[in-house]
Amino acid sequence: MTEAEVWDALAEIPDPEIPVISLVDLGVVRGVEVDGGHVRVEFTPTFLGCPALEMMRDQMAAKVRELGAEPEVTVISDDSWSTDRITPEGREKLRAAGLAPPAPRRPGGPQLVQLQTGSFRCPYCGSTDTALENIFGPTPCRSLRYCNGCRQPFEQFKTI
Amino acid sequence: MSERAQLLLPIADDELVLGWRNSEWTGIAPFLEEDVAFSSIAQNEIGHARALYQLVADELGTTADELAFDRAPEEYRCSQFAQLRLVPDWARTIARHYLYETADAKRIEALKASDDPEIAGLAAKIEREEAYHRMHAEMWFERLKDEPRFVDALEELRPLVDVRGELAADFAELWEEMTMVRRSVVGATW
Repeated sequence: MTEAEVWDALAEIPDPEIPVISLVDLGVVRGVEVDGGHVRVEFTPTFLGCPALEMMRDQMAAKVRELGAEPEVTVISDDSWSTDRITPEGREKLRAAGLAPPAPRRPGGPQLVQLQTGSFRCPYCGSTDTALENIFGPTPCRSLRYCNGCRQPFEQFKTI
Repeated sequence: MSERAQLLLPIADDELVLGWRNSEWTGIAPFLEEDVAFSSIAQNEIGHARALYQLVADELGTTADELAFDRAPEEYRCSQFAQLRLVPDWARTIARHYLYETADAKRIEALKASDDPEIAGLAAKIEREEAYHRMHAEMWFERLKDEPRFVDALEELRPLVDVRGELAADFAELWEEMTMVRRSVVGATW
């Protein structure tokens, strides 16, 4: 078994809360090591309070077992993941599902003034005339915005 | 107990207890958007508690859940400030939120500079989320800063931010609620 085969298998697992995008698209699978019949997978939650942590861990372990190997899935809680790691394919899948992809992370991190005045693009009509409605949304990783162009509320992936 | 556990447990306890207190607004916040926001902040704080307890648990040979819910009340090290039950007083709740996030930012900065890579790495991840809590707190501060009830609440609560040792009178009831499910089923494994 090769690492590429493991990556392909993991790419079939959808994010539990945003099923249009896979865990690999999201960039949260941080490493795969194959050692004979033993496969080590490292992954990180997008947010530490993610309620789907155990579910994702179990799904990745099950995928590795389907390949006929013994899984070891490790959760890493360090600073090595940012929304900048979402793949270009993942960003396009988010946008097509009506969820605006995250803005690039700037030095010093996100600022309120940027959320209030920055040009965030509506995923439905493409207008940048959008306003912040709520920093928080239905899951920790999302904010709520309103598009003045097509008069639709939409969700914005937070920059982390 | 190691120096590391002594450093991290009070912080984890603060985040757990404050997360519980914030979650008491779920369903009854002053308006719907705030209900979403405060519930999300509560979820994040409990997530931070889980990750901090996990670091301690690995060292002590226990689990994050056991540290969070299987200790006796007197073993918790959270600040009195985090323990206060402030529902249904929104002005005092926002005053605590603002003071807590301000104090927490300094604490996270210090942890990020730790020479223990696990602590520094986790603190940096927590900081990415806390940036949004501070934005939320700042928006409310701007909105309420000239309201006498809010100004009074800030004055009342500011001296309590880092008072530790004795538990607040409100803690006994909170501990009952937090630990009720795990205590009710002998030998249960969740």
